[in-house]
Order: sequence, then structure tokens, then C-alpha cells
Amino acid sequence: MLRLVKLELQKLWLNKTSRVLIIISFILPFTVIILSSIKIPFFGLFTLELGELGIFNFPIIWHITTFFASYFKFFFAIVVVSMIGNEYSNKTLKQNLIDGLSKKEFILSKFYTIVFFSLSATILIGIASFFIGLIYSSYTEASIIFREVEFLLAYFVKLLGFFSLCLFFGMLLKRSAFALGFLVMTWFVEGIIYLVMETQIGGDLPDKIFNFFPIQSMYKLIDQPIQRIAMTKFPEKTNMAYDYAVHWYEIAIVLGWSALFIFLSYRLLKKRDL
Amino acid sequence: MEPILTINNLTKKFGYLTAVKDLSFTINKGNVYGILGPNGSGKSTTLGIVLNVVNKTNGNFHWFDGNTTTHDALKQVGAIIERPNFYPYMTAEQNLKLVCRIKGVDHSKIAEKLEVVGLLDRKDHKFKTYSLGMKQRLAIASALLNDPEILILDEPTNGLDPQGIHQIRQIIKDIAADGTTILLASHLLDEVEKVCSHVVVLRKGEKLYSGRVDEMISSHGFFELKAEKHDQLIQLLEAHSNFGKLKIEDDLITAFLNEPMSASDFNKLMFDKGILLSHLVKRKESLEEQFLQLTDNLETNQKTA
Repeated sequence: MLRLVKLELQKLWLNKTSRVLIIISFILPFTVIILSSIKIPFFGLFTLELGELGIFNFPIIWHITTFFASYFKFFFAIVVVSMIGNEYSNKTLKQNLIDGLSKKEFILSKFYTIVFFSLSATILIGIASFFIGLIYSSYTEASIIFREVEFLLAYFVKLLGFFSLCLFFGMLLKRSAFALGFLVMTWFVEGIIYLVMETQIGGDLPDKIFNFFPIQSMYKLIDQPIQRIAMTKFPEKTNMAYDYAVHWYEIAIVLGWSALFIFLSYRLLKKRDL
Repeated sequence: MEPILTINNLTKKFGYLTAVKDLSFTINKGNVYGILGPNGSGKSTTLGIVLNVVNKTNGNFHWFDGNTTTHDALKQVGAIIERPNFYPYMTAEQNLKLVCRIKGVDHSKIAEKLEVVGLLDRKDHKFKTYSLGMKQRLAIASALLNDPEILILDEPTNGLDPQGIHQIRQIIKDIAADGTTILLASHLLDEVEKVCSHVVVLRKGEKLYSGRVDEMISSHGFFELKAEKHDQLIQLLEAHSNFGKLKIEDDLITAFLNEPMSASDFNKLMFDKGILLSHLVKRKESLEEQFLQLTDNLETNQKTA
């Protein structure tokens, strides 16, 4: 397993574009989180300090950092898609197989790299949130700090699912640009189907079905925290309450999709003549 | 003899097109094999199947004694298919390190193999800056990294300039001299003739011949003759049972042998008959002539059938 990860990391790290994108996808969420946690004076008129809003309080900080950090996954998505596209365009996939890598090992080396990356990103966000929380949070009892750390698990699964989808599209279409286009298209198609269902059927059912769709199920893992922040400001407005928790079945759906995408990628490669 | 690769009744269909049809042959250790055939005769497809990149439709093949999986066997095989495929943004050395990782070979081999193909001084240059000849040599170095039991080369000199072709052939000969089994696919007859001891001839996915290059056609060769007594010589040759067809171009006579006969025996016979030869050469048909004869025969057979 280590051999396969090393193999893929060498391919990625020596490629300038991938290297830059990887660095960006790690550094950018950090800088945004750190910048938002310092005091920003606005020309002496007022001082913007997000920390004072209570968003860096435990346990809500887990929810907020993972939600916003997950937007930066698109940078690594480009890396995932191009790591398949390049293998096809350079014909190195064929050469790798001839050199003695099995088709299974090839897919596994990509998958392990995705796991490795998702795990690193999760750990880094976890550490950053923990320390920012320690600085700004009004509550620092262990029981409160570690409440809702399941958002980190959700973040990991979300990345894993999304990158698996990218891997599958990359394998399916062989070209990075097409795969990225397809990704955006899938997102639109899901939205359109939802709108059609809602106008035609109505009620609760469209929402329930929508939550099973690949991209929506990944989004649904970490619900938007804005409403929750508002709730903490106006606790008397009970009609704003919503279910923002991470549920086991949400994680199960995304893990199911990930397994399917990886399996399909393998099947595709196995059937294909190179 | 120790078999390296055994192919039994292999068939590959791409939709309606049958690229390889019921092909069987065996590669034994220590020989230099050629797969010869015009473009589109199924050479690369056959190699693709045994190298695990093309899925077979029917039949089977196994490496070595048949007890190793194809995946493990490929670690003992070195192969280059069509074009040299490497990561353009990596240097030669980095590319070879990657191959070492795949094959599970120690990095120490890299310098040694780069030396063999004469690229050691360019090892830190990126692959994309290489000329085609250098790329092809790097591919050979890469295929040699694991000291393979067999080296498979598909059109290794395609697209190279004469100097590049010469370099590649010299490298192949050196490798063959070390006792490595070589399987060379090519549409160039003289290439196979110069390098190979055994040949498999393919046409439209079917095997026309397999065996030693020099036994490809049961021919005993021919004499090229010139003599002062031109007409007398022709009469004598026509009368002699050892000779079949005669070809006469000006004063040069080409006499094809029906039975083996050495040049010195023939010379003695002529001398005894009082004919002094001014020119005597014994030759065998070149592979090209044999190849055309082989493919022609098949076509005429098919027409009459």
C-alpha cells in the first residue's frame, strides 16, 4: 500500500501544476480561517472581529470551519481529474501496466492517494480549528470542546466521496477538461431533476430523494451553518430551528457512492483495451 | 528448451474486425524472435494481449512454466510498445525511479542501464527535451531495469533517422549477445533478418510461418554465374537435374537449385566440362524475397481454393 501511495505521490509532486494546486488546496483554507480569526481594523471606523461573533466557540467552530474549508476541495478535484487525464494523454497508463502494475493496483494507487489527501486535509483542519477554538472560545471544558467533532468525520467522508466521483469521471472520459465539465453538468442535472420533482410531486418526497443524489448527498453531510449562527444570536426565534446534525445514514450514503465510483472505475479499466 | 511464452489459439476481435485469429506459437529461452508482418497484421495486438493491456476474446497464453500469474510474470519482462511513454515533466532518472518502484527493483540499477544506452550524461534532463532516438533509448534502458528474462520490442526503430536506427540495432545485438531472449515485432524485413534467429510471420492476424529464419522457405539458394562460353553453360544447366528455374539477364545467369550443392562442387563440375567461370556467387533468397513468396503463395492458394 505504501508503495502505491509513494508511486502516485511521485507522479503528482514532480508535476508543477499538481504541486501548486496541492499546496493551494492545503494553504488557502488555513489562511482564510486564520485571517478571519484576527482583528481587522476598518480605517479606524470600527474593528471587524469575527471571533467576537461567537463563531469560534466550541462546539460550533467544528461545523463552521469544515463547512467553509470544504469549498476549497475544488482545487484538489482538478488534481484528481488531471492525474487520470495525464496518464491517458501521456500513454503512461499503458506503460505502467506493461511495466508490471496490475489494473487493480493502478486504481488502488489513485484511491489510496485520495484517502491520504482527504485524511491529511481533515487532520490539518482539525488541528487548526482546535487551536483557534482554544484562543477564542468562551467555553474550554473538554466535554464541550469534543462535542460535535463528528463534523470532522463528515468532512473526511465528503472529500472522499467527491474525489471518488472525480476519479470515476476522469476514468470514464479520459480527458481532464471533459471530466470537470461533466462534474458541473451533474450538479446542474441534479438540480433540474429536483426542481422538476418538486413542481410535479411536491411535499417531502422530492427532498428525500434529492438527498440520495451523489453531489447533493455530499453537500448534505455538512449543512450550512449560517442559520445556526443566526439562531445563537436570536434564540427566541424558534421557527429558525433546523436539523444540522451529521447523521449516520448521510455518511452511509456517501460511502456507498464512493465505493460504487471506485468499483466502476476499476470495471471500466478492466474492460478497456488500451 | 525452457519455454518463456506459450500462446494457444489466441483470438482478438474488435467489433467485426478480427485482429488476431487463432494464433499459436511458443517462445523459448535464449533465442531472438521476430514477429514479422505488414502494418495492421496483428503484431501489436498480440503483444498487447500478452502484456495485459488488451483483453483477449478467446484462447489463452501463459508466461514461463504457467505457474506464475501474468501480473508477476510481467515483473520479469521488459517491454516497449510502439512509442516511448514516459512522464514528460520528469527527468530520465526520475522516470526510471518510478519504473523501479513499479517493478520492485533497487534504484542502483538506474545508472548502470543508462550507461548501456549511452544516456548517463543526460540523466538530469527532462524527458520532454529528448529527441525521439534518445526517448527510444531511454525506453530500452527502462525495459532493462529488472534484468528481464525476455525483452519485447515493438517497432523499436520506427521513425528514427539512420544513425538512431543503427544505435538501437547495436544495442539490441549487444543485449542478445548477453543471452537475453528477445521478441522483436517489425514490418521491416531486413531488421528481422539482421537481428533475429527465429521468426513468426503474420498476415491479417493469421500465422503464415513460424520457425527458423533460414528455414523459412525450403530453398537451397541459387548461383549467379558468368562465363565466356555463355550458351554452352546454359545448355549444361538445363540438362543438369540439380537445377530448376534459370533466369538470364544479359550475360548474368541465375540458376536456382533443386537440391543442395556447394559452390566448390559446382565449380569443379564446370571445370571438368571445360567451362571456365568468370563469376560465381552462391546466395540464398533474402527474407524479403521469401516473405513475398510466402504471402504470394497464400494468395494464389486462396484464389484457387
